[in-house]
Amino acid sequence: MDIFQPEAIGVQLERTPERQRDGRTWFLWTLRSTAPLWAVVLALLVGAVVLEVAGVDPLRAYGAMLDGAIGSWAAVGLTLQKSVPLILAGLGVAFAFRCTLFNIGAEGQLHIGALLGTVIALYVPGLPSWLHIPLCLLGGFVGGAIWGGLPGYLRAKRGLSEIIMTILLNYVAFWFTSFLVHGPIQEPAGYYPQTEPVPESAALPIFWGAGRLHIGFLIALVIAALVHVILFRTSLGFQIRAVGHNPRVAQHAGISPVRNMVIAMLISGGLAGMAGIVEILGVQRRMSDFFSPGYGYDAIAVALLGNANPLGVVISAIFFGALRAGSNMMQRSVAVPAAVAGFIQGITVLFVVIAGAIPQIHVRWRSRKERNG
Amino acid sequence: MATLLRMENICKRFGEVVANDHIHFEVEEGEIHALLGENGAGKTTLMNILYGLYRPDRGRIWLRGRPVDIPNPRVAISLGIGMIHQHFMLVPVFTVAENVLLGMPAPREPLLTLKQVAERVQHLSQQYGLMVNPYARVEDLAVGERQRVEILKALYRRADLLILDEPTAVLTPGEVEKLFTVLRNLVQQGKSVVFISHKLDEVMAISDRITVLRDGRVVQTVARKDTDKAALARMMVGRDVVFRISRQDACRGEDVVLRVEGVTLQRRGERPALADINFCVRAGEIFAIAGVDGNGQRELAAVISGLEKPTSGRVEIEGRDVTALGPRGLVRLGIARIPEDRHGLGLVMGFTVGENLVLDCFDRSPFCRLGWLNFRAIRQRALALCQEYDIRPPRPDMPARLLSGGNQQKLILARELSRQPRFVLAVQPTRGLDVGASEFVYRNLLEQRRRGAGILLISTELDEVLMLADRIAVIYGGRIMDILEHDEANLERLGLLMAGVAASSGQKAEVVREG
Repeated sequence: MDIFQPEAIGVQLERTPERQRDGRTWFLWTLRSTAPLWAVVLALLVGAVVLEVAGVDPLRAYGAMLDGAIGSWAAVGLTLQKSVPLILAGLGVAFAFRCTLFNIGAEGQLHIGALLGTVIALYVPGLPSWLHIPLCLLGGFVGGAIWGGLPGYLRAKRGLSEIIMTILLNYVAFWFTSFLVHGPIQEPAGYYPQTEPVPESAALPIFWGAGRLHIGFLIALVIAALVHVILFRTSLGFQIRAVGHNPRVAQHAGISPVRNMVIAMLISGGLAGMAGIVEILGVQRRMSDFFSPGYGYDAIAVALLGNANPLGVVISAIFFGALRAGSNMMQRSVAVPAAVAGFIQGITVLFVVIAGAIPQIHVRWRSRKERNG
Repeated sequence: MATLLRMENICKRFGEVVANDHIHFEVEEGEIHALLGENGAGKTTLMNILYGLYRPDRGRIWLRGRPVDIPNPRVAISLGIGMIHQHFMLVPVFTVAENVLLGMPAPREPLLTLKQVAERVQHLSQQYGLMVNPYARVEDLAVGERQRVEILKALYRRADLLILDEPTAVLTPGEVEKLFTVLRNLVQQGKSVVFISHKLDEVMAISDRITVLRDGRVVQTVARKDTDKAALARMMVGRDVVFRISRQDACRGEDVVLRVEGVTLQRRGERPALADINFCVRAGEIFAIAGVDGNGQRELAAVISGLEKPTSGRVEIEGRDVTALGPRGLVRLGIARIPEDRHGLGLVMGFTVGENLVLDCFDRSPFCRLGWLNFRAIRQRALALCQEYDIRPPRPDMPARLLSGGNQQKLILARELSRQPRFVLAVQPTRGLDVGASEFVYRNLLEQRRRGAGILLISTELDEVLMLADRIAVIYGGRIMDILEHDEANLERLGLLMAGVAASSGQKAEVVREG
């Protein structure tokens, strides 16, 4: 199995065949379609064992977690707030997946997007909100698109591994923004490595007071719908998916793999960049060097769990948001290290990947059948 | 004669498909037993079960009167079963002796002493008439010789029962004769051979007994002397088969639709894959390029379909230089291309039937307006084409992957031929198809010819070439050896050309084989 195929990491880009007759196939189909759910349940069980070993009552810990994630309107709001950058960056990773490109660089793209957007927010003052906010979001998109498009171009044109390039560009992006907030764009007070707060005209307003949720959440939902439309309703999405399925067939039919890979990585990076600037304008309100607790990396898991499907990405992003919000509560009220939440996230991804191997077993049967009939 | 092998009640299914359905199969000692059937009849599955590559769902295997269990090929080999696969399993940079030893302990493990191996290889090749130099590197050997190495590998492992899976697919007619001599030698000296094939002529020429499979079931086992080609064909297909498609005389026009001039393709540091290729295809004719697989056909197809730019030379379509146009431009010109590799070039397997049918025109009205896809128009086109080309099931939203090979090929024909092309490039258009689907392809190509399109048919199947083509060029080592009119061509002449023997004034033959 080629690891550069989406199936290798459990992403199923194809529709399931409709007619399922014999019992074993039906069983596998059911198992596959509910695999993410089982993966999560299993992860929580393993997490329970770890909690037990760490000397914490798992029931209490999970109770606190649930409380922190959905126990009150404020908790729900926090969960949704944390899901916003995950939705956007997750959509970015998923978009590249659709072209069979592995964008591991959402974290870097998120940083550059946040940087460019923040610069526009701080240094293009005096604009009304209706203009300033879109301009900043656009800046975020462009920043991320550059950071994603560069490896995309080298991959498409020269065949270099986009995986390696995007991983390495993460470090470049992180330390570049870190350098800037330590000097050139640092707040005049000059004590913390952070910028001035963004002006009120650029801040994303809060639309739901009880949950303290900013409009970035609505923006993310709109973008998710937009990504769905682009992928499945436009000729651009048709080409990108065709290249993703088989670049040689696409080329033979007159669809340029190079062009579409570059476009896919531009959009992928752009979405991750928007995740960065939305987090700044909606939550942090200023840029610092540790503003992202690894949203860009979680985005990979989000895209996987969401099966590279926009609606799936939104749902899995909210789940990961809940995990984050819940783990904070667990940490505070039951004194569980936040690392345990991270552990559960990691083990969840692992189980999802394993669950993804179930369709592969099925595919293997089928391909043998095709070969030998 | 004693029964060497008995397979009883073998059943094997893959998902919904029953590949082997209660199969009984027996091989006597010292016979050549042909396993005849169309693609997908279950021949290879049955032999893969025997070789331990698959476990049967039901059934038992008896070898030399004893029941055996064969969980993997290692056990099969230890029981004296050898399998020569359709695609050779050789390491090109290793010598013959090294390849023969591969996967076995050396005579003086852990030391690698190849001398003894080479001696035994030499001995075996003399005994059975398989002339191969044990110290030659496999990459320097011709295809026929490589096949002999595979047979030697099996003999070295002391196989008594040799299974050959479609062994003639890659050979010239001359090499096929040599292979048959070897097989006769083998059975004379007590070995038994299972010969898998779908070619009636070969089966009639070599086998002692024939077992015909259809749809995973045994139709009948007959002795060769009690049957003939027509009877076998009927058993294989389940109905009477017309061997010749009626082919009207050429309606060849004067217009040249494709001109290939001095095309050479050479990758850095390699021998030229194509060397100074010249020919033209006229409107209303089928021009065939015959040759053994791997003599530049793939490269020529890539150049003509715009996937690869030649190192030098030019390609013209209807007088227009298209050498550097690329696939997109060629699609725009409205030429049709039926690629050799349906999965690798023809269809996006994960896309639906409807999506595949607009792969070349999704960006044009009415399928697309201002970047938006019009799914109703795509669906309508798919329904119309499914009906016209008899694609089954006629479901536009079904993934192409789930169609049978024949229907996948129909899908490609539908997409490519529906734009009324002036030029059609058809590469191995019937590879892997059953008789019915092949007939469908032939009829469509002839229909295009009647319409006045020029057709370039690149094929390794001589029957197909002789049946369809108005003119036949033979390619060997990246060169066109000769171009024959349909009436001048016969199996023997083509066979010699395919082996690289140039017929200079019909008299003495001159070998131009290189490297």
